[in-house]
Amino acid sequence: MATDATPNASSESALPALELKGLSKSFGGLHAVRGVTFKLMPGDRKAIIGPNGAGKTTLFNLITGIFPSSSGQVLLYGRDVTAWSSHRRTALGMARTFQVTHLFPKLTVLDNVLLAIKGLRPSKYVMWRFMSSYPDVYEKAHGLLERAQFMDRKDTEVRFLSHGEQRQLEIVLGLASDPKILLLDEPAAGLSSGESVEMSEFLQGLDPKLAILLIEHDMDVVFDVASNISVLHFGEMLESGPAEQIRQSAKVREIYLGTE
Amino acid sequence: MKPELNGRNVALAMAFAALVSLPFWVSGTYYINVSSQILFYAIFALGLNVLVGYGGLVSLGHAGLFGIAAYATGYFLQAGFPHSAAILLALVVGIASTAVFAFLALRATGIGFIMITLALGQIIWGLAYRWISLTGGDNGITLHGRPAPFGLDLGSASAFYYTTFIIFLIAVVACAILAGSPFGAAIKGTRDQPRRMNALGYHVWAIRFWACLLSGLLTCVAGILFVYYNQFISPQTAALTASAEVLLMVIAGGPATLLGPIVGAALVVIVKNVVSGYIERWNFLLGAIFVAIVILMPEGLVPGTVRLWRGGLRAFRRRRGIVLAQSAEPKP
Ligand SMILES: Nc1ncnc2c1ncn2[C@@H]1O[C@H](COP(=O)(O)OP(=O)(O)O)[C@@H](O)[C@H]1O
Ligand SMILES: [Mg+2]
Repeated sequence: MATDATPNASSESALPALELKGLSKSFGGLHAVRGVTFKLMPGDRKAIIGPNGAGKTTLFNLITGIFPSSSGQVLLYGRDVTAWSSHRRTALGMARTFQVTHLFPKLTVLDNVLLAIKGLRPSKYVMWRFMSSYPDVYEKAHGLLERAQFMDRKDTEVRFLSHGEQRQLEIVLGLASDPKILLLDEPAAGLSSGESVEMSEFLQGLDPKLAILLIEHDMDVVFDVASNISVLHFGEMLESGPAEQIRQSAKVREIYLGTE
Repeated sequence: MKPELNGRNVALAMAFAALVSLPFWVSGTYYINVSSQILFYAIFALGLNVLVGYGGLVSLGHAGLFGIAAYATGYFLQAGFPHSAAILLALVVGIASTAVFAFLALRATGIGFIMITLALGQIIWGLAYRWISLTGGDNGITLHGRPAPFGLDLGSASAFYYTTFIIFLIAVVACAILAGSPFGAAIKGTRDQPRRMNALGYHVWAIRFWACLLSGLLTCVAGILFVYYNQFISPQTAALTASAEVLLMVIAGGPATLLGPIVGAALVVIVKNVVSGYIERWNFLLGAIFVAIVILMPEGLVPGTVRLWRGGLRAFRRRRGIVLAQSAEPKP
């Protein structure tokens, strides 16, 4: 089975940005993730699909270190980070978004982004200087908001944004730390079809060097963004391959696409 | 940056002037003493506010920490240490105890955190009663005189008031800077969205631990001022009711604001000291005030008043706007 088809030529020799080796997690008797082996090269765009409860979010939680894994390994750029805490993995260049929006609803768009940018700077724990005395952080925030076309709403409190805007801002916060790997957990969840198209354009417009691992139910978004798809079913990687191959796979149709 | 001449700054400047000149326009040492009490309880409330307001972690054991610092001061003075050494040692003991408290309580958040701090506070209170060789038990510890730094005797009410006022000012400025600092933003972030903070690269536990220590530092400073003010410390200081009282100051005044805890402290101290002279059931009155605040201004007195004030201004402008528009209309 092709697990790593169509890598771009330049990344052929490089270390995988993210590698999972036999990763498993059980909650009591429930085996939510079973022996998942997976590689994401720098700049790769891959998607994970699978029915609800397949273990997709749990897999993200294992990758980011929210849960300890039951067995197996997580490697970032060849480094074994299985025992690392979540915030240390972030520092190696990994960012994620959540299936359920996790923003700071009472802060403005700008303040959300400032907090996100600070997250990986040593000065984040400084308590004797005002946040406003770091012009470089503001500059960077403005740049990010400019690119994401949020500048006109930078002083709006996040709770007043539409659901679609909040989902996009969720990704902007992920980008604030200049990640090399971006994990997206159903970015199009709850979006209208028009908003999904916007989201998928937004994702396609991101830096091509950024590796993206996408969990998504909206197959249009998946096919637009990802060149490679893996299917998770009852915690197991059932099949992986180029998008076209998965689209045609009889097994996948049966358990997943067939429901469409 | 030039200070702006707006309503808020004018009010702050007036409050500052009033506090500086207080011993001159307040009649009698009694009210000067009440003012000193307000100020050190305000420091205590500001300390708890760091945890409750900014950190979203409600502690019901802060009187325990307050008591530890107060007892430590008394104990070291009794043991023959000079004031400076006793104060320093009390701070060290207080911060160390806070670290232990934080370490135990931060296994949980929410209700779990409240219950652990409550239990720890009760343990301190119990020790204050039972560990008689250290605390004097029911009899407490009596201090013999206040310090006289740089030849300035703090025995008089106004000298003690000014000392407390200076420390209070330092605490307020420190809190203002903290609230606007990257760390302040981080504490509030862990209150609102800990998982996101974690994913952004923040060490949530460490942030909360530091918030506890900062809160403990202000609490201990207040505890030391308290014991010098009363020149006496007994187990009651560390009781659960004392923890509840300071929490009430924060919640009634407005958590996560700078002014709120100060206003809350003033309210509680005034009702307790001044009103209790006229009304026997002052506890009942305090309860009633608290209930009224919770119903009318659930966000606290300071933010609530600001909201009403802004609402009033807006209504006023709107009405004036209508009047102006009407008078501008051409008369037929
Ligand atoms: N924290 C948890 N504790 C216990 N069971 C969990 C937990 N998180 C997820 N699960 C279970 O693991 C399985 C996979 O869930 P999840 O990863 O959320 O699926 P997906 O994201 O693919 O819809 C589900 O059966 C779910 O109930
Ligand atoms: Mg999920």
